[in-house]
Amino acid sequence: MSDHGGSNYHHVSRKRRVKEDKRFVMGAGNFVQDVNLANIKHMAVLASPYARANILSIDAEAALALDGVHGVLTGSELAANTSPLYGGLNTPEVKWRPLAFEMTRYAGEWVGAVVADSRALAEDALELIEVEYEPLPAIVDPEDAMQPGAPLVHPGHGSNILYRNTFTWGPVAEDFAAADRTVSFRARWSRSSTVPIETFGVVAQWHEGTETMEVWASIQMPNYAEQLANALRVPLNSIKVNHDIDVGGSYGVKRGIKHTVLAGYLSRKLGFPVRFIEDRLDNMAGSDAHGPDRIFDTEVAFTAEGIIRSLKIRALDDAGAYPGRGPFQLGKPIAAIVGPYRINSVEYEAISVTSNKAGQVPVRGFGQAPTNFMIETAVDKVARALGMDRLEIRRRNFIGADEFPYEIPSGTKYDSGDYATVLDKVLELAAYDDLVARRDRLRQEGRLAGIGVGTCLEPGGGNNMFEYLMNPAAEITTFMEGCMVRVDSQGQITGTMGTTTSGQGHETMMATILGEELERDPDGIRVIHADSLAGLPTRSPVASRMAIMLGGAAAGAAAKIKAQLLQIASHNLGAPEPELEYAGGDISVRSEPERKLTWRELCFIAHSQYHKLPDGFEPGLQAIHTWQVPRGGQLPDAEDRVQLYPCFSFQAHLPLVEIDPDTGRVTILEYYIAHDCGTTINPDIVRGMIIGGVAHGVGAALYEKFAYASDGQFLSATFVDYLIPSVHEIPYVSDTEHCTPSPLTSHGQKGSGEGGYLGAPAAIASAVNDALAPRGLVIHTIPMRMAIIEELLNGNDPS
Amino acid sequence: MNKVEINLTLNGETRSASAEPRTTLLDFLRDDLGGTGTHMGCEHGVCGACTILLDGVPVRACLIFAVQCEGLKITTVEGLLDADGRPGDLQEAFREAHGLQCGYCTPGMLVSAHALLARDPDPSDEAIREAIGGNLCRCTGYAQIIDAIRLAAANRSSMS
Repeated sequence: MSDHGGSNYHHVSRKRRVKEDKRFVMGAGNFVQDVNLANIKHMAVLASPYARANILSIDAEAALALDGVHGVLTGSELAANTSPLYGGLNTPEVKWRPLAFEMTRYAGEWVGAVVADSRALAEDALELIEVEYEPLPAIVDPEDAMQPGAPLVHPGHGSNILYRNTFTWGPVAEDFAAADRTVSFRARWSRSSTVPIETFGVVAQWHEGTETMEVWASIQMPNYAEQLANALRVPLNSIKVNHDIDVGGSYGVKRGIKHTVLAGYLSRKLGFPVRFIEDRLDNMAGSDAHGPDRIFDTEVAFTAEGIIRSLKIRALDDAGAYPGRGPFQLGKPIAAIVGPYRINSVEYEAISVTSNKAGQVPVRGFGQAPTNFMIETAVDKVARALGMDRLEIRRRNFIGADEFPYEIPSGTKYDSGDYATVLDKVLELAAYDDLVARRDRLRQEGRLAGIGVGTCLEPGGGNNMFEYLMNPAAEITTFMEGCMVRVDSQGQITGTMGTTTSGQGHETMMATILGEELERDPDGIRVIHADSLAGLPTRSPVASRMAIMLGGAAAGAAAKIKAQLLQIASHNLGAPEPELEYAGGDISVRSEPERKLTWRELCFIAHSQYHKLPDGFEPGLQAIHTWQVPRGGQLPDAEDRVQLYPCFSFQAHLPLVEIDPDTGRVTILEYYIAHDCGTTINPDIVRGMIIGGVAHGVGAALYEKFAYASDGQFLSATFVDYLIPSVHEIPYVSDTEHCTPSPLTSHGQKGSGEGGYLGAPAAIASAVNDALAPRGLVIHTIPMRMAIIEELLNGNDPS
Repeated sequence: MNKVEINLTLNGETRSASAEPRTTLLDFLRDDLGGTGTHMGCEHGVCGACTILLDGVPVRACLIFAVQCEGLKITTVEGLLDADGRPGDLQEAFREAHGLQCGYCTPGMLVSAHALLARDPDPSDEAIREAIGGNLCRCTGYAQIIDAIRLAAANRSSMS
């Protein structure tokens, strides 16, 4: 049985068509590529062919002479007129600029930009630009980057190590000393990303008359307008970002700040609107949109009974040439550093290095997917060391349903959960005994088959405290979301959110909650996306947070509307508010139901009948609510213990896979998942998010890798080299729900956008290792591509 | 570069415009004919976001030049609307099953599904997978897309 939660609700948790879907199925979405302005010009960028080189000269004369070319921009002009882009760590000499300045730091980095009458013409002009390079040796391996004497990616920084710190939470030494056993292992999460089907795009137009930079972009990031204002050296209130652009997928990565600085600078300089739509090569090689690239060295201390006592984790992450906010992906996993397990202490060494590869960007889960893969690998290692069943080891270590709120060693309190029940649900869904029997039959036929067990916690809601943990100069404790609700004189409701949507169905979610709270039909409620000058405070749809945070803001605004309606009704019905009954938007006197004002009458009074309004009542009917993230706002204590994120969803995954012994190819035969994201606002949206996350995780586990040659050349610039799973690689995923409401949110909801991607890589890895176990083989490198497994099966060391 | 006049039939309407010989059908549809429903994803024929029908056959609009389409019939996502300009039955099935999220791959996915149902009104799951095997979706994991195509087929079957 599925359990969406929310059985007391009229609209929340009920089947409802997704508002956004109508325009998309009609081909009538408003994507940035669809923005067309009078006199618009087109930009293209020139990429560096070298991973590391000094730029000796750039000659753009022939390009500029081409008819229809309006401008060529190089790094030196841009550096003189704009400020470097935001970097999250305290590394002032690591300067990230939209165009390489004096030196290129990866193959594919942009060194010049052309604006012309058409994109094709701009690309013609790129071919006429002559750049003289002095190639230099490149550094592409993160461990090599740490060696003394390694070539320096940012010479001014003096080292390739951007960040290194060891956190110790709880009695690690004592727990290790007291443990019966330990195991240690290395796990490798290779560089991949979310790679949306829509590349990043932007149109920027400088309006000299109003001194405004207007921007349309396929953007999903916090503080985009602020970063743009800082880089372009203009006041924040001169940046107008239009948020009514439909974003064609993002999952964290659509952070085209450098693209926007380029288009914005050139628009202002040339006096035209400038449009830059990445082609796939721009996107893969030069967008600075790659994800974590991580090596874990982990040691686990446990008892003979399988109780895991302590973890020592070293996480080395390669942030590439321009780290931006990427290194914080080592910080966010502290939110769930012990996973769903009752582990007493943790030592966590986090190291971020820079290399001659594309820059790192936040990817779905913000570092949690690699970390969860490592944690689940550790649990499987313990099970194997003890000869214990992988389900049993989890049951013995799960935090109990009666232990919430549960504080983990790093100081975060998990809000709620029932992990053992969710695990039981996935076993029931899969008919686990039958699944085992099927695996064993396959094995008896001589085939390599394995079942994976993977669980994950999905921290949701955000609160940014990882930034302060890693850079105390950033004393930022606010992580809010705001919204406005207006009810017009005819009683129609319009909700305003202040950010973009990239497939999450925010309009549907917000309308559902407003409809629930105001007892009006959500289908009649409109939700709009205000621009950055008109909108309310927002931190954008990151961190699996919008159902929690925009949902909470909407519930708060609805409560304020309802309070105003009750005031009007009380004044006009002559009855105190406690004696009034609100039903479907109409308000009556409880003891005399015929004394009543309808929703329409109340709205008309609010807008048009001042003489019927209570003293001091502001005409009209609107409310603003800005909600700070629950349990957020506190700095870490002296032991670096802090609340990171408020809400914790949970999933259990159970795939059955088969490996072709000749080719090493992994085929997923069946996939089962049970998930608990508290109260589900819209079941169809949640199911899509979770299964889509699984597919994304399957890609990371088996196929997707941004590969570089040892000289730094980029090897994965197309969809023929970087393999995104098609429908042939993704089985039909069977899912079931459990609901443990969050006590912290408006309707008990938690996040659901990331969990599939957090759990699937761990579960697939577990399945592959189960399949390889009869041969005595193990693999802890992701992606587990055919070639690697084939090497293993042939007795070679794939590393 | 010299432009060439191109005449074709787009969603039942005769259209003509001029474009450089190097212009892909994708750019021609979007930039010269205003058909922004068709989307650019990879421009190397893998992702399927730009899938259109050329004389009834699914084709990548990024892999064919506009000049090659002289006199041919093209169907895009806009051609799947009903006579009143509202979503057609396949599009309604995608809404009902939420067979999409961000909507970016959706036009190509719908066109591939439309071609499938035209040649196989009662497709097996395997046939559905085969039909959309060349359309990448990064959001959904495909389950609700398969549900949507099944639903459209079932609805047509019950109507006939």
